Amino acid sequence: MRRRAKIACYVVMGVLAVPFVFPTWWMITASLLPANEVLAYPPKLFPASPQWENYKTAFTDFPLAQQYFNSLYIAVLVTLGTMFFSSLAGYAFARIRFRGEKVFGLILIGLMVPSEVTIIPLFRLVDDLGLTNTHWPLIVVPIFGAPSVLATFVMRQFFITIPGELEEAGRLDGLSRFGLYRRVALPIAKPALAAVAIFTFLNTWNFFLEPLVYLTDKSMFTLPVALTQYVDVYGGHLWNVQLAAATTTVVPVLVVFIIAQRQFVEGLAQSGLKG
Amino acid sequence: MTLTSKKRDELAGWLFIAPQALGFLAFVVAPLAAVVWYSVQDVNLLAGTSTFAGADNYAKLFDDPTAPKVARATAIFCVGLVVLNLALALSLALLLNLKLRGTTVFRTIFFSPVVVTLVAWTIVWNFLLQDNGGINALLQAIGVDGPNWLRGNGTAMLSVIVVQVLKNVGLNMVLFLAALQGIPTSIMEASQLDGAGPWRRFRSVILPMISPTTLLTAIITVAGALQVFAQIQVLTLGGPADSTNVLVFYFYQQAFANHDLGYGSALAAVLFLVILVLTLLQWRMRRRWVFHEA
Repeated sequence: MRRRAKIACYVVMGVLAVPFVFPTWWMITASLLPANEVLAYPPKLFPASPQWENYKTAFTDFPLAQQYFNSLYIAVLVTLGTMFFSSLAGYAFARIRFRGEKVFGLILIGLMVPSEVTIIPLFRLVDDLGLTNTHWPLIVVPIFGAPSVLATFVMRQFFITIPGELEEAGRLDGLSRFGLYRRVALPIAKPALAAVAIFTFLNTWNFFLEPLVYLTDKSMFTLPVALTQYVDVYGGHLWNVQLAAATTTVVPVLVVFIIAQRQFVEGLAQSGLKG
Repeated sequence: MTLTSKKRDELAGWLFIAPQALGFLAFVVAPLAAVVWYSVQDVNLLAGTSTFAGADNYAKLFDDPTAPKVARATAIFCVGLVVLNLALALSLALLLNLKLRGTTVFRTIFFSPVVVTLVAWTIVWNFLLQDNGGINALLQAIGVDGPNWLRGNGTAMLSVIVVQVLKNVGLNMVLFLAALQGIPTSIMEASQLDGAGPWRRFRSVILPMISPTTLLTAIITVAGALQVFAQIQVLTLGGPADSTNVLVFYFYQQAFANHDLGYGSALAAVLFLVILVLTLLQWRMRRRWVFHEA
């Protein structure tokens, strides 16, 4: 490519990058400003003296630690549960010849049923069981309901590609069906499992409507709902504290991405798919 | 063991899918049927009664003066979001596919909002887009007097769309990038030898080769656009003058703020129907514009 065209490409990408980076940058810097400087003009892009107290306030004046824990354990349980049950179902649909295979087409309907559509009956069910303001509906419904259908689909598509000879070898070693799933199929499925883990964690972490509907106590809230509650006693915005709280919620997602991405790459290397 | 291997497989298969299949029955099929049932009921939560109402809730939909505004807002949001998202995702992927030095950095940048918690991202933008917020401060620096983005009739919807596109365009970009990298170089070289310019190559080679990915991203993005809720709740609360009052937000208000479960269910049924029709429509149209099936 000619030099001038190259430079033009860099300029275009550089300009486009601004609205992608700027909000995150602003979130972090504003979270370190004193309250009276958050809306200062000209805008402060570098905090002169970082106010780490904002982070302390976010935790001490609000039950953020509890809410953090709620979000974390719910997301982890949903992710692990989805990985287990959807890989189990995906395996059966891909590798076992049985009459239940036809169920698969039916289950795919779940891809088209957004959680909003079914939330009224689910809310009444949860209410009848006395489980509102608990975390049960936020854990059980995603693992077994519509959100896990995509995971099952991804796992099935992956398991289909496993060569039959691999399973034959395991069968000769006397492995049962569960053994074949557990010891032969699952270890190769790391890239698919990593993909499932990433998008399940991300989805669960971002859940907003469900906790809003099912939860009433602040101490039971998950982070997305909690983040919207950062106001002072007069209902005014506590921008710097709110943005400090918002900043902390990025960390777990980053960690999951880093862990899962390594698995993802390793899995590719192991399966010999990568060069 | 007296079971034959065939019978054992039959049993194992059912056992393997049982948790998912039962969950699917309990949390998808049954509630879906229940939504249809509720939508023809007049549910009174306070009295705890439920009486058959026939098509009343659907008739209400036609008499509701807010309903046309909701339909309009939903349509504008969906079309705007999908067009902007796909166009930007493909453009970014094309740029990144040029294999210039440093493109991994840009790829990370364009993808980074995906990692930011949705509500956190929306809160930052709420802050940036307010009248005395960061965007207008920047505009002021170049001598432009910015509008009150989230309170303006013409600007609120635009703001919500842009905020959402920036949040998620990275996902579609990655999908497009993978598709572009899957195009065999021999085809590109052949078309170049045939004297095809960049635009011609884009239209006659690249677009047809990536059409399955375009279909996939379009379906996912349309479904996602119809479900937008948190952004509206945080940014505009459906205002001003219902200009950003999209279907799911209106549904939430009717069902959980007004406690009108019957009408809410009718709205939920409509939402499902819209998604179903749009998905099937796109799927049917694939023969026209999808060049090959991956």
